[in-house]
Amino acid sequence: MKRALVLGSLAVAWAAAAQTPDPTAAEFDKFREIMEQDNPAELFEVKGEELWRARRGPKNASLEQCDLGLGPGVVKGAYAQMPRYFADADRVMDAEARIVQCMITLQGFKYADLAKQPFSNADRTPDPVSLITYVAAQSRGMKVAAPQNHPKERAAYETGKAIFFYRAGAYDFSCASCHSVDDKRIRTQPLPNFTKPNQAIGAVQGWPGYRMTGGVMHSVQWRINDCFRQQRFPEPGYASETVSALLAYLTVNANGHVYRGPGIKR
Amino acid sequence: MAEPMKIRATLQGDVADVRVLMAHPMETGLRKDSAGKLVPLHFIQSITAQLNGKTVFAADVSQAVSRNPVFAFKVKGAKAGDKLSVTWQDNKGDKRTDEVVIRAGS
Repeated sequence: MKRALVLGSLAVAWAAAAQTPDPTAAEFDKFREIMEQDNPAELFEVKGEELWRARRGPKNASLEQCDLGLGPGVVKGAYAQMPRYFADADRVMDAEARIVQCMITLQGFKYADLAKQPFSNADRTPDPVSLITYVAAQSRGMKVAAPQNHPKERAAYETGKAIFFYRAGAYDFSCASCHSVDDKRIRTQPLPNFTKPNQAIGAVQGWPGYRMTGGVMHSVQWRINDCFRQQRFPEPGYASETVSALLAYLTVNANGHVYRGPGIKR
Repeated sequence: MAEPMKIRATLQGDVADVRVLMAHPMETGLRKDSAGKLVPLHFIQSITAQLNGKTVFAADVSQAVSRNPVFAFKVKGAKAGDKLSVTWQDNKGDKRTDEVVIRAGS
């Protein structure tokens, strides 16, 4: 059943990504399908759940009252419906930004400490990365449905779109340089065209992801940060509105597609 | 330090298909950290599995195995409801045991 689902969505992704299926990509998809059966991301999912329930931080509180948009403590399906507008913060937040905010408001952690080394490496996986893996796993098999009801959600989409097409930096580059046309690739990796709904899911699918290279768990926050770095842009602030806006643009474009949960990356 | 394993044990006939995901850095002793110093050897040395307390699987493992490894093996003569426990021990003496109940296959 699970395999049929995976194969089904892979077939859709191929049909969309290229007229002629790329044999290298096809082989890698096969490999990924096998790896997904025992994805080490599950280890971070377990750790994230522990962290979610544990009383921690200066306020000695758990995150169980954290409102991810569906009410305090509701985790199921929340990841697939973000970024969304949060009245208490008066801004649109992606899942990681929201978790960081909850760690600050509920548990009393300091933003400066969380933003100091926010991304995983071989020696350390930051707590928000494990937490996001747990939260994302609770949306496995659900349809992506990032809302566009609040004016600020629509504004974030437009801001994200502007960032996506903004050419700048030493290479006079934009996200759109790689991701707004069909059938592009970088080395052997086919690049999805994020302006098309059936390919935009590529920006959501597989994140958070366990990277086999180095065996490191990464969130989509890291992925966006790395895109900025590779374009030789200044890197965005951790959990900043810039990242939330860009994710709003990408996620809304992918609305309606099924999210398969934390994934595995090459 | 030792974090929980994720164990799946599903029956297919009278053979249990066991898949174990372990959280471990599995340092080869060859990697250098950001300061340029070698990260000391740290790896799982032995793995044993017990079915209702009786050892059914034992393995010696080298540092050539990947970080956060997956091990899969089959256990004959298992029944639904049997207890399967898996233990690993690393070269620093760190240990971890987790237990699951074998589930009937679908």
